[in-house]
Amino acid sequence: MIKTDIIIIGAGPVGLFTVFEAGLMKLRCHLIDVIPQPGGQLCEIYPKKPIYDIPGYPSVLAGELVDKLMEQAAPFKPGFTLGERADIIEKQTDGSFIVTTSKGTQHQALVVMIAGGLGSFEPRKPLISNIGDFEEKGVRYIVKDPDQFEGKDMVISGGGDSALDWAIYFAEKGSFVHLVHRSDRFRAHKDSVSRAQELASAGKMKLHTFAEVKELNGDQELRSVVIHTKLSKNTVYTDLWFPLFGLSPKIGPIGDWGLEIEKNAIVVDTYDYQTNRPGIFAIGDVNTYAGKLKLILCGFHEATLAVQTAYKIINPEKKFTLKYTTVQGVQGF
Amino acid sequence: MSQDINITVIDREGTEHDFAVPVDMNLNLMEVCKGYDLQVAGICGGMAMCASCQVYILTEEHFGERNDDEQAMLDEAYHVEENSRLGCQIPITADLDGLNVKIAPEEL
Repeated sequence: MIKTDIIIIGAGPVGLFTVFEAGLMKLRCHLIDVIPQPGGQLCEIYPKKPIYDIPGYPSVLAGELVDKLMEQAAPFKPGFTLGERADIIEKQTDGSFIVTTSKGTQHQALVVMIAGGLGSFEPRKPLISNIGDFEEKGVRYIVKDPDQFEGKDMVISGGGDSALDWAIYFAEKGSFVHLVHRSDRFRAHKDSVSRAQELASAGKMKLHTFAEVKELNGDQELRSVVIHTKLSKNTVYTDLWFPLFGLSPKIGPIGDWGLEIEKNAIVVDTYDYQTNRPGIFAIGDVNTYAGKLKLILCGFHEATLAVQTAYKIINPEKKFTLKYTTVQGVQGF
Repeated sequence: MSQDINITVIDREGTEHDFAVPVDMNLNLMEVCKGYDLQVAGICGGMAMCASCQVYILTEEHFGERNDDEQAMLDEAYHVEENSRLGCQIPITADLDGLNVKIAPEEL
């Protein structure tokens, strides 16, 4: 059982900033996210897009903002349970909550902050009838613990940043990568596309354009994939296929947590962004209230106010006085 | 004084919705559909980086042209047809008066 002060569901920008604000009040945080790396949709959907409305940054790439937030949160040593979805919440008689993930990891805290953004990101699965037979048996929708695949030959499908970045990563680590894409235009950043082309010229990668994996064969495990083009079908013998077509968010199990939901968002009180269940807060894109704007900067504000009430729940006997970081500095754990 | 244009959106259940939409508010079709709660997610916010606002253009003269980002996204999306476009890449302009679209099926 992981015990902490605040369980944060969602490791996107708002969840990460909560760690900092909570840390200033000497509260410890542990984050849970279904995506294997922190950053939420900033890293998953648009890591290389500039954001222009973060105060003090005329322009910052989404991925860079996440790096900075991680750096800012680091002194407060947040814990992470990544690649697991928060599935079940159970209130205990002592007032605390136990949150259990899809893989059975349990976390206990007096406060739960849902910073779940658009919801739990589920992979967009290719429409192949027997794909379910090979999930986790050669077909993987998310790259988790990449070390275990380094040097192995593989097939990667997709044309976005995720597909290209991983194809380059593994090709540079000695894997032979078949990169399969339905067109010859890539959605990924142009630098990544040029790098992939260099690797292809160097014989470390094969680019299959106007091509699509349409058949999977195997027994207990994946043995081969069949790549279709307009004129041909090519069988590639491999036990590893990453269809990386991005992730699509679903509100998921949080929808069944007894929280008031309106238009796929959690209704909160704007005093402290608490939900209808005391001790459970919702901040960032996941919440709704009169005048709600889905902006990162609004999420930062919500997080800051929410931790004030969190403090009172965790330390009912103590009174907290706001101290400025310019005066106090940042005292990490 | 700008005028509204009339557009028709067919939702996933096949119900037709007629809207009068202003052309001077810098709206795109995804935003219009979201504004009327038509199950269009618009996950990426309008960057052509998801396909949750895919629509089929039923009035050929309004198809316009897919831009590069949009084309690249549609190359990876599902349920893509010849007349597919991303709603977020269609600004609402006066020449779209009479536009008729159908929302593409949801992915997953």
